[in-house]
Amino acid sequence: MSEQPARPTQIQLFVTCLVDQFRPEVGESVVNVLERLGIEVLFPEGQTCCGQPAFNSGFRSEARDVALHFLDVFDATEGPIIVPSGSCGAMVRNFYTEIFEDDPTEMARSTRVGERIYEFTEFLVDVLGEDDQFGGLGPQLEDTATYHQCCHLERELGVDHQPAELLGQVRGLEMLPMYRSEVCCGFGGTFAVKFSDVSTAMLDEKLDNASATGAATIVAGDTGCIMHMAGGLRRRGSDLKVKHIAEILDEAIGTIGKTNGAQA
Amino acid sequence: MLPTTDRFKKGAKETLADPVIQMSMEAVYNGFHTKRQSAGADTEGWEDQRDRGRAIKEHTIENLDYYLEMLTDNVDANGGNVFFANDSAAATEYILNLASDRDVKTVIKSKSMVSEEMSLAHEMEAVGIEAVETDLGEYIIQLAGEAPYHIIAPAIHKSQDQVAEMFKQTTGIDPGDTPKELTTTARGMLRETFQRADMSVTGVNFAVAESGSIVLVTNEGNGRMCTSIPRVHVAVMGMEKIVPSMQDLGVMLRILIRSATGQRISSYVTMVNGPRRDEEEDGPEEFHLVIVDNGRMKLLADEKLREALYCLRCGACLNACPVYRKVGGHSYGWVYPGPIGAVVSPVLSGLKQASDLPFASSLCGACREVCPVRIDIPNMLLHLRQQVVEGPPEVRSVGRMERLGWKAWRFGNIKSGRFRRGGKLANRLGRPFARGGMFKRLPPPLSGWTRSRDMPLPAASPFRDRFKKRLAQSSQDSQSSEGES
Repeated sequence: MSEQPARPTQIQLFVTCLVDQFRPEVGESVVNVLERLGIEVLFPEGQTCCGQPAFNSGFRSEARDVALHFLDVFDATEGPIIVPSGSCGAMVRNFYTEIFEDDPTEMARSTRVGERIYEFTEFLVDVLGEDDQFGGLGPQLEDTATYHQCCHLERELGVDHQPAELLGQVRGLEMLPMYRSEVCCGFGGTFAVKFSDVSTAMLDEKLDNASATGAATIVAGDTGCIMHMAGGLRRRGSDLKVKHIAEILDEAIGTIGKTNGAQA
Repeated sequence: MLPTTDRFKKGAKETLADPVIQMSMEAVYNGFHTKRQSAGADTEGWEDQRDRGRAIKEHTIENLDYYLEMLTDNVDANGGNVFFANDSAAATEYILNLASDRDVKTVIKSKSMVSEEMSLAHEMEAVGIEAVETDLGEYIIQLAGEAPYHIIAPAIHKSQDQVAEMFKQTTGIDPGDTPKELTTTARGMLRETFQRADMSVTGVNFAVAESGSIVLVTNEGNGRMCTSIPRVHVAVMGMEKIVPSMQDLGVMLRILIRSATGQRISSYVTMVNGPRRDEEEDGPEEFHLVIVDNGRMKLLADEKLREALYCLRCGACLNACPVYRKVGGHSYGWVYPGPIGAVVSPVLSGLKQASDLPFASSLCGACREVCPVRIDIPNMLLHLRQQVVEGPPEVRSVGRMERLGWKAWRFGNIKSGRFRRGGKLANRLGRPFARGGMFKRLPPPLSGWTRSRDMPLPAASPFRDRFKKRLAQSSQDSQSSEGES
């Protein structure tokens, strides 16, 4: 059975600048889940940002320098790179080739690194494979949640069924369908700041649709969208919570961990 | 009618505050978009058809000069005249000269986006020619003195009441207010115009190079009236509207109509092969095809933007776009609204004055997902954004503060030490102003965010510090457990 690629035992975590600075708990949950699956998590300390904010704003020269830094840091490592964000994953996998299209050397590096990068749920479902599922950990969580489909996760990376599959394995978690789940929340990086009125109108539609589900929690896969929805909910004074899927999965296996009483 | 930089935000604000329009725009998603999605799902080999459509456009645009020549030869052979217009002024001049030469008093128009680029109806009225739009939606906005709101549904923003009121003002009689009554009224008003028209101007959905045919896709039958009643028929087309063969046309019609309205086929598909022939009963005495460049060569020359010429003008990207649905068509300031408009308008009419448009998108990608020929609109918007920031001086328009901001961002992100210290500093400076770890108000440019959303304070302990602590903890744990064993 030598064709079967070896199951990775070690990964490099690209935690993203937003998680590092604004939602470190998401990163901790990613580590918790991966470690419970027996995977060692390494954190290349030189990492900062992938360059996407500047790239999306038209500042390619600045984006390029930050992308080069990213490549310096991650090309020096080995094995899969896991990122808990569809948007940052898409930047590295899809858009570095735009930045470096006229530079064969950097193009080769970005292709090499791009092939190693996996979004968190994509890695759990597609790389770890059928018989090595997260479900084997017996995840359980009494909660009601609704899934917001983050645009870049779905449309740039094509991660369309993996989150639902993982959430479906959590016993006790009731997933309530959201009307227009596929419609953008209005974040769009600097778009939210530059076109505040439009972005807010899009957010209002999203939050109304999420609230109408009656769920206690919105689950999403991108920290930008999460900060956007959470900021809007807080301003509304709503009790609805927004969590990254890694946090939900972590909570779900944490429950079992506690009942096992294994941790001192 | 040229777009201006400040128009988008101002227009967006007005539209957001207009409950009638916001309600109408819901129909765009719940109607057109939903029908397009189910039409795709119900069509066998739909994704393959889209691929074929894209391949046809790709091939045609790569060989545009060849097919334009073939088209011209075949229109000539069919007894028609072809005129190439470099810009809308040249096209307008040709048509106005023709009208005056043929002593034309009344022109009927069927829907044509290119003629909107030319403001043709206005130009005709200005020289004393009666020019009447015969597509119901176009007729409504002509009465209102407005530009189209949507590529295929120009009056989508008008409520029934508003239309009834407008008809009442025009005719002096109460038309009633059901859609049927309104349509009947418009029909009555238009019928008489059809009968006395000397000339028609129509658009072109496709021009078939191998046969010299032009094809019109309509649902109201006005297109067919226009191509058969008046003695002179002028068809205007953007130079990209060409397909090589009848076989290709089959593919394009299938994907266009499903993407536009969700229908399998429109009520009318009209094919015109030149003027009336001796053995035919109906049709014009003269047929003119005006092929318009009007900036399209700029798209063709730019490898990154070329695929904008694949556009079939189906409007699917508008229907899917969450921004278009909020800001409406007029905010885009020129003829083409929505995602494709945000690409095409700045190029056709000047990037500097329309520099807001490429940025007015969350880059969600819904447009590319529904585009029948998979035009990568987000990527073209990114390209235009780069032009605004890094392009030649004549297109560049970005403030000094923003440039400085991104320079600082770069500085803080090319070394992880700086990145970490930057976060710590932001935490320390921001802490006195935050409540419960969140900001309610921040200075510009972040005020755009905090106007409607709270913003979190950067974490006192970022992930990288927590991870380090965790590693130290676990190595301590393993050392102590080794010690125990």
